[in-house]
Amino acid sequence: MTTKDIKLDHVSIRFGAFTAVDNAHLTIKGGEFFSFLGPSGCGKTTLLRCVSGFTEPSEGTVSIGGKDMRGVGPNKRPTALIFQNLALFPLMSVAENIAFPLEVRGVGRKERRKKADELLDMIALPGVGDKKVHELSGGQRQRVAIARALAVEPDILLLDEPLSALDLKLRHHMRTELRAIQQRVGLTFIYITHDQGEALTMSDRIAVMNAGVIEQIGDPETIYNKPKTAFVASFVGETNAISGKVTSQSDGIVSVQTPLGVLKGTAAGGRHYKAGDECFVFVRPEQLGLVGAPGAIQSMDNQLTVQAVKEEFEGNARHLFLNAQGQDLRLSRTNLGGVSDHLAGQAVQVGFAADQAIVLPHGSLAGA
Amino acid sequence: MGVLQQGLSAFTRKHGLGVACFIGLSVFVWVVFLIVLPQLSMLDFSFRYNLPRAEVGGPADVYTLDNYAYFFQGNDGTFNALDIGILVKTMVAAVIVTVIDIAICYPIAFILAHSATGVAARLMVIGLIVPFWVNEILRAFAFRVLFGATGLVNSIGLSAGFWDVPIDFIRADVALYSGLVYAYILLMIFPIFNAVEALDRNQIEAARDMGASWWRVHWRVVLPIAKPGIVSGATMVFMLTAGALAAPQILGGPSNLWFTQLIYQWFNESANWQRGSAYAVVLLVVCISFVMMLMRVFKVSIGEIGR
Ligand SMILES: Nc1ncnc2c1ncn2[C@@H]1O[C@H](COP(=O)(O)OP(=O)(O)O)[C@@H](O)[C@H]1O
Ligand SMILES: [Mg+2]
Repeated sequence: MTTKDIKLDHVSIRFGAFTAVDNAHLTIKGGEFFSFLGPSGCGKTTLLRCVSGFTEPSEGTVSIGGKDMRGVGPNKRPTALIFQNLALFPLMSVAENIAFPLEVRGVGRKERRKKADELLDMIALPGVGDKKVHELSGGQRQRVAIARALAVEPDILLLDEPLSALDLKLRHHMRTELRAIQQRVGLTFIYITHDQGEALTMSDRIAVMNAGVIEQIGDPETIYNKPKTAFVASFVGETNAISGKVTSQSDGIVSVQTPLGVLKGTAAGGRHYKAGDECFVFVRPEQLGLVGAPGAIQSMDNQLTVQAVKEEFEGNARHLFLNAQGQDLRLSRTNLGGVSDHLAGQAVQVGFAADQAIVLPHGSLAGA
Repeated sequence: MGVLQQGLSAFTRKHGLGVACFIGLSVFVWVVFLIVLPQLSMLDFSFRYNLPRAEVGGPADVYTLDNYAYFFQGNDGTFNALDIGILVKTMVAAVIVTVIDIAICYPIAFILAHSATGVAARLMVIGLIVPFWVNEILRAFAFRVLFGATGLVNSIGLSAGFWDVPIDFIRADVALYSGLVYAYILLMIFPIFNAVEALDRNQIEAARDMGASWWRVHWRVVLPIAKPGIVSGATMVFMLTAGALAAPQILGGPSNLWFTQLIYQWFNESANWQRGSAYAVVLLVVCISFVMMLMRVFKVSIGEIGR
C-alpha cells in the first residue's frame, strides 16, 4: 500500500541530565512489522512518542517518507499511536470512538457510522457499535483501539505494549490476530513490548533495547540464535551464562577457562578474542543435554558432572535445575511422554556442543 | 423499608449499639431541628397574616394566601411588576455570574489538574484558598474601594489614558458582578477539578494524535468528563448568588435591588415576617425549579452531582 520508510538518524532523547534514548540509528521499511523489545524503563515508550510527535528528539532527526518531521505535530504525522492503556473515550459509544478521527476531519454522521461499521466488521466485532466501551471485554477493547487507529488511514501504526493488559490465552490469540491485521492492511507496524515471545512471533525485525541503547537489530531468528551482546543473549529467551576468561581461539572455536573447567564455544559474529579477555559462554537450556540419554546431542565437546537440584514439569517440557560448583544451570527437555527419571538429588553428566554455545564479551546481563 | 432495616442492623452489629444510637440521634437532631423545623415554620409563617402580638393564636390567626397574592398582584390586584421584575433580574444576574464562573474556573481547574505540577500547583491552590480567609464583608468593601471613583482601577485607567473621566463601576454593576463571581470561585473550581482530574491524560493525547484541535479535544473529551463537576459547581454558585445579601448590599448600584434585599426589607424594615417568609419561599421554589429544569436540559442526574 504505502512504502514510507521511517528513518531515525542518530536520535537521542534526554530528560534533563538523564538520557532515555541514546543515539538510535535505524531505518524501518514501509510495510514492515518492526518491534522494539526491551525491559521496562529502557526507553521504548519515549522512542515511540518521538516517532508519533509527542516528544522532539534532543539530538538527531526523525524522518518519515524522506520528510524531516521536526516541528510537525502528532496530528500532522502519518502515524497513529495506540496507547499502552488504549485511551478509548469512556463516554462515547464504540462506534463514536472508532469514528472520532473521521469526525475530526469533518466527515458527516451517516458516513462516519458506515465507516465505523466497516471497521468493526474488519476486526470481527460486528454489531457492537452502540455499546459503551466498558461493556466490552479486554480483547474486544484492544481491537476497537486498533480499529480507531486505522480509521485515520495512517501509514504507520504505533503500538505501545498493546497486549500487556490481557490474560495469557488472549495475548497469544491476539498475537496471531495482530499479525494477520497487519498483513491484511499492509501498514507499517511499530510495536513495543517487553515480552520476547510477542516480538519473536510477530515481527519481521526486532530492535533489542537496553537502558536507552539499541543493542541489536535483526530478524527474530538472528536475534535468538546469533545474539551480538551479552544483554541480548540473556534477555531474549532462557539461557545459561557462564563467566570466564578466554584461553585461546582456533578458527571460530574459543576455549574459555571457567569455574567449571575449560569450555568450548563459538565466537559470535566472527569475533577475534585475545587470551585473557573476559567473556560469557552462553548455552540455551534446550541445547544442554544429558550425556548418554537417548537422542542426546551427538558431539558433546563440553561435558560436566553436575548436581541435579530439582525438576519442574511444564507439560510440553521438563526443566532440570542443576548446580555445578555454585553455578546454577538449567536444562530443558521436550516431554515425549513416558515417566520422569527422577534425577533430582543425583549427580548427572551433562554436555553441549561447541557450535551451540556462544561466546560473547562481558557486558550487562538482563535481570542482573 | 426492608433495606433500611437491614442496613441499620448491619451498622449496629459493626459499630455497636452506642455508636449507632449516637449517630442516629445526631442525624435526627440535625435534620429535624436544623433543616426541617425552621423551614416548616417559615412555610407556616408565609401563610399567615401579620397580626399584632395580642391577636396571634386568636380567632383572626388563620391561614391565607395573602402574602403570595401580594407578590404576584401587589396591593391593587394588578400585576406586581416591580417585585417580579426584581426576582427575574436577580435570576438573570445569578445565571450570568454562574456562566462567568464556569468560563473562568474551567480553564483553571483543567490546568490545575493536568498541566501544573509540584510547586506551581501548590502555589495555585494556596493563591486560590488564602484570600478566602478574609471575611465576606471585608472583601466586598475591598471591591468597593477597588472599583470606586477614586479606586485603583479608575486611577490606573485614567493615568494610562484608557479613559478620561472616572467610570462609575458601582452603578454599572461591574463591582457587584466581580464581587459575586469572585466570592464563589472555589465552589466552582473544586467540583470541576475533581471531575477533570479523573481524566486520563492519554485520552487527550490520543485525540490530539487523531488530529483533533484543542477546541475539539475540550468539547468532545474533556467537557463530557467535566460536566457533572460543572453542574455541581453551577448549582451551588447559582443558589448562593441568588441568595446572596452582603455583596448586593455593599456593591450593588443604588437603583438596583437584589431579591434578597427585598426579603430583608420585609423582615427588618417592615417587620412583616409573614410576607418576608412568603418571598423567601418564592425565591427558594423558583431557584430549585430552575436548577431542576437545567439538569433536565443538560441530562445530568442528581446522583452525578453527589460524586
Ligand atoms: N517526561 C519524562 N520526564 C522524565 N523522565 C522520563 C519522562 N518520560 C520517561 N522518562 C524516563 O525515561 C525512561 C524510559 O521510560 P519509558 O520510555 O517509558 O520506558 P519503557 O516504555 O521502555 O518502559 C524511564 O526511566 C522514565 O523514568
Ligand atoms: Mg512503556
